[in-house]
Amino acid sequence: MFRFVLAVLVGVSVTVLVGCVPQLPHGAFELNPESLVQRRLQTRRFETSHELRLLQASLGVLQDLGFNIDESESRLGLIVASKNRDATDPSMVIGAIALGALVGQDVPYDTTQRIRAALVTRPVSGHETLVRVTFQRTVWNQAGQITRNESLEDPELYREFFFKLSKSVFLDAYGI
Amino acid sequence: MLKRLWYALALTVALDGCVPLNQRVLDSDQSQLQLRQIQSRVFDTTERERTLRTVIATLQDLNFVIDKADLGLGTVTATKLDGYALRMTVSVYPRGERQLVVRANGQFNDQPVVDPLPYQGFFIALSRAMFLTAHSLD
Repeated sequence: MFRFVLAVLVGVSVTVLVGCVPQLPHGAFELNPESLVQRRLQTRRFETSHELRLLQASLGVLQDLGFNIDESESRLGLIVASKNRDATDPSMVIGAIALGALVGQDVPYDTTQRIRAALVTRPVSGHETLVRVTFQRTVWNQAGQITRNESLEDPELYREFFFKLSKSVFLDAYGI
Repeated sequence: MLKRLWYALALTVALDGCVPLNQRVLDSDQSQLQLRQIQSRVFDTTERERTLRTVIATLQDLNFVIDKADLGLGTVTATKLDGYALRMTVSVYPRGERQLVVRANGQFNDQPVVDPLPYQGFFIALSRAMFLTAHSLD
């Protein structure tokens, strides 16, 4: 009897532990219609064959936006940049304080975030170059735990970025 | 009786989390050759720079954000954040005079990706973008 109960307990504990390990979701490496929408949103075509100049103009915009450069490989048209910013949301803080008072425990709320950007240029045809930018962020709460890991997909964010980039390309072209 | 049960349960839990450090460092629970075959494909091209640029574009299509790239060494590293962290390094190196090998290895949160299926998905997307067939490593 003891052995049977022991075997069941061992089996259950192992199953529970294995079940706790998150699995790689299906489709993580598959292209879907959404991928195409995202690509359009994140890409603009510039009528120039000067890839390096376009990369320099992009660098200027990233700096305008307060990003620091982490990595670059100009021969592959790549700039990787990041910045740390406050992630405190007043409504979340109020909610956390109210809930904390109710349950008699500290309820954590988001405090900081790291925003990353990768910008890639790619020559297409003899006189055009594509620029694609992608953003993601990681958010931590005041206990230092990661609460969010996500891509940023708001179309307005990309429109604004490329508006600034077009301006920067124009300013650079006229040496301003 | 109950005490013995608790000991047994505690021991099971403790042993389950107790993987030797060397095994974690070397990830030696799979054959090196088998892993290389799962993670590599051969392409009939010698255009290394174009291949690396296509790897970057494919990873972006798959919602990764590029972390690093090095044309000299032939590597690209990227991370996908979608409620989880999936990190990939892709390397490109010549094989003979007419082919390139593309090798990818992934890390899902704190686990290595050893399942062949995700790599198949990646290489399908890559070969479409390259307009070339991906051959298995012999």
